[in-house]
Amino acid sequence: MAITTVPETPRKPGRPPSPYSARPQRTSLGRKVRDNLTGHAFLIGAVLCFVVFSWYPMIRGIVMSFQRTRRGETTWVGWDNYSRIIADPSFWTAWQNTFYFTVLALALGYVVPFFVAILLNEFRHAKGYLRILVYLPVMLPPASALFLFKFYAYDPSEAGLFNAILKALHLPTSQWMQSPEMTMPAMVVASTWMNMGGAVLIYLASLQNIPGELYEAAELDGAGIWRRIVHVTIPQTRLILALLAMLQIVATMQLFIEPLILANGAGAEDSATSVAYLIYQHGFFQNDLNGAAALGVIMLVVLAGFSAVYVRLTAKQD
Amino acid sequence: MSVPQYRKAAAVALVAGLGLSLTACSTKSDDKGSNAGGKVTITVDCQPVGAQKELLKNWNDDVAEFQKQNPDITIKSVSVGEQCNNPPDFTARLAGGTVTDVFYGYMTDLQQVLDSGQAMDISQHVNKDAIPTWDSVDPALKEVFTDGGKLYAVPVKNYSMGLVYNKALFQQAGLDVNNPPKTWAEVRAAAKKISALGNGIAGYSEYSAGNTGGWHFTSLLYSQGGKVLSEDGKKADFNNPMGKQVLQNLKDMRYGDNSMGARQLLQWGDLLTNAGAGKVGMFIGAPDATQAIVSQFQGKFQDWAMAPLPGQDGAAKGTLGGGEGYFFKKDLTPEQVKAGLKWVAYQKLTPGKGQFDYVRAKPQNYPVGLPQPLLFANGSDAQKQELELRKANANVDTANFALFEATPVPIKGEPRNAQAVYAVLDAAMSGVLTNPNSNIDALLKTAEEKVNQLLAAES
Repeated sequence: MAITTVPETPRKPGRPPSPYSARPQRTSLGRKVRDNLTGHAFLIGAVLCFVVFSWYPMIRGIVMSFQRTRRGETTWVGWDNYSRIIADPSFWTAWQNTFYFTVLALALGYVVPFFVAILLNEFRHAKGYLRILVYLPVMLPPASALFLFKFYAYDPSEAGLFNAILKALHLPTSQWMQSPEMTMPAMVVASTWMNMGGAVLIYLASLQNIPGELYEAAELDGAGIWRRIVHVTIPQTRLILALLAMLQIVATMQLFIEPLILANGAGAEDSATSVAYLIYQHGFFQNDLNGAAALGVIMLVVLAGFSAVYVRLTAKQD
Repeated sequence: MSVPQYRKAAAVALVAGLGLSLTACSTKSDDKGSNAGGKVTITVDCQPVGAQKELLKNWNDDVAEFQKQNPDITIKSVSVGEQCNNPPDFTARLAGGTVTDVFYGYMTDLQQVLDSGQAMDISQHVNKDAIPTWDSVDPALKEVFTDGGKLYAVPVKNYSMGLVYNKALFQQAGLDVNNPPKTWAEVRAAAKKISALGNGIAGYSEYSAGNTGGWHFTSLLYSQGGKVLSEDGKKADFNNPMGKQVLQNLKDMRYGDNSMGARQLLQWGDLLTNAGAGKVGMFIGAPDATQAIVSQFQGKFQDWAMAPLPGQDGAAKGTLGGGEGYFFKKDLTPEQVKAGLKWVAYQKLTPGKGQFDYVRAKPQNYPVGLPQPLLFANGSDAQKQELELRKANANVDTANFALFEATPVPIKGEPRNAQAVYAVLDAAMSGVLTNPNSNIDALLKTAEEKVNQLLAAES
């Protein structure tokens, strides 16, 4: 049997077939949907989760911030909740405390993990053990870690760990969480200890990607360790540094569990009251869910502002 | 099944599963608790938690007995934690509409419950038929749960504050256990002697966090004859010599005598933990604080006694009173309300039954013979029965509470918007207890401004 082949239709010279012609596009879209059915199904799951547990509550919170519920009746009150919440005497105290904590946390909680990572990166032996040691506090439930600080380290009597150390060094002891001046620094120390493990590991991963030749070249040029950090390490990790700075700001501004556990809420003379704690106070102690929602929206706007600045700055860097 | 088919099936199953889950989440039961057979089901909260073994058994026995007597009623018990009304949890349940059909609340919760729109006006349902002892219930307690002439809850417990003191520490410090301090000057002198025992013992202990500081400030202010808010409830009324005296007394003990211990910023459980460990000589509280010390914080009944709240120069001019009740969720059927009232009557308001089953409680590790609650009006039949049973089955030395019982102090209720006001006053309390250089005038002035702003915003 002779085999005949159908000759290929020669393509007409000139314009190539349009990728936008109606028929091929429909077929392609339908096929794409069919081919990626599993992916879309998983996507639907994720989107639904976001809708139900994140976006809907967020929108509901914004709506609630313009309403007032009394006697089971909900009415629109415009900006009333906002003016009321801003008039709350604790409003500015809470923001002041929160910004203070954020600045301290950046100074300590941001810098310390970076230098710990540099230190760990220099070790030739026992790297794994040291990383576990640094990461261990992250694995502790935050409440447990904070109770350790509260009852063991920050005990204001001389039985407290830190006071015992200070006394042994013949230094004046502290009231820790009972002193309005020490409340924030003490919370930052506890928070840094609890959370720095994750940042250290991220920094370490970033440090290990820096080509060794850069350090060798710097050394040949006579750069000491400090200049190597300033001129090689920091520029090479600047994106990670910027990202973690942003995450740190967003996380620390949501300060809540530290005042709740370490300071039993507001702390000495309101020195521990944070914005998030004030939201909790309004919502769950003062029967003011609408005021709490308004404060939550204000916080959202502030954090969104920080995020926008971050995006702009990093876009310029890139 | 080929791989693409398998994927397709998995995808369909995933989407269907998610859809079903969401549908299940959003489905609201239309079960009104009644069925065609005339059976009524109600959910009731404040069932003791598993750790409170004897209390839980008592509750379950009561439910069984009640259902035996009322075969048409089914009680579904719900436990909401050891503290039946932990304010944040309670608020969340109210806001989420997940309170039980018959739900527990504090006297100070009435406005919050009304604002949530969750409570039913039960005025028409509550009478002698529904609750046989209703006419004996103290009218003042009914009034607390009444708003605009409508009753929203049935009172089931009440308290007033006095001076709770540790007899063992009094004896060790050479103080007369039968002659406890009557004035704040005497409290200060006794606290100094008790704290001199050392070993981390506080002569007098006080709250200053978690809104409990403001709560106790209120009681201390009442003892001076003051009040937290003006008569019309629109202005703060504590920035005056009486308010200053309250803080000065505390500051003198804390820093003048160093008789209040190093650990401050205490809230409810912190102070009672120290008390249970024998580290507190005196504090102000209600009689049931001793029950908590024993049942939750490993203290001993025989160590504790109560005296009336001290006054500045003589007897206290007032003390703080409060209590609890059961609300009824709106939209209940009349049958459910009737069933709920019957249950509350049985378990909470019948001498010899439920909370007043002293014969059952006597051998257990719970006190019988405490001077409160006093739910029934003076001279009423129910009160006579309840007091007789209490006396006959007392398992605590009633002499330890005789002074408190024999010296009644006028009881005042909590201020409007109590929790918000208490939150502000916490700062004044923590100020004098944590800062040796605190300025009492400034603390009170700041607190006054804050409370006035709160009240203005609220109105």
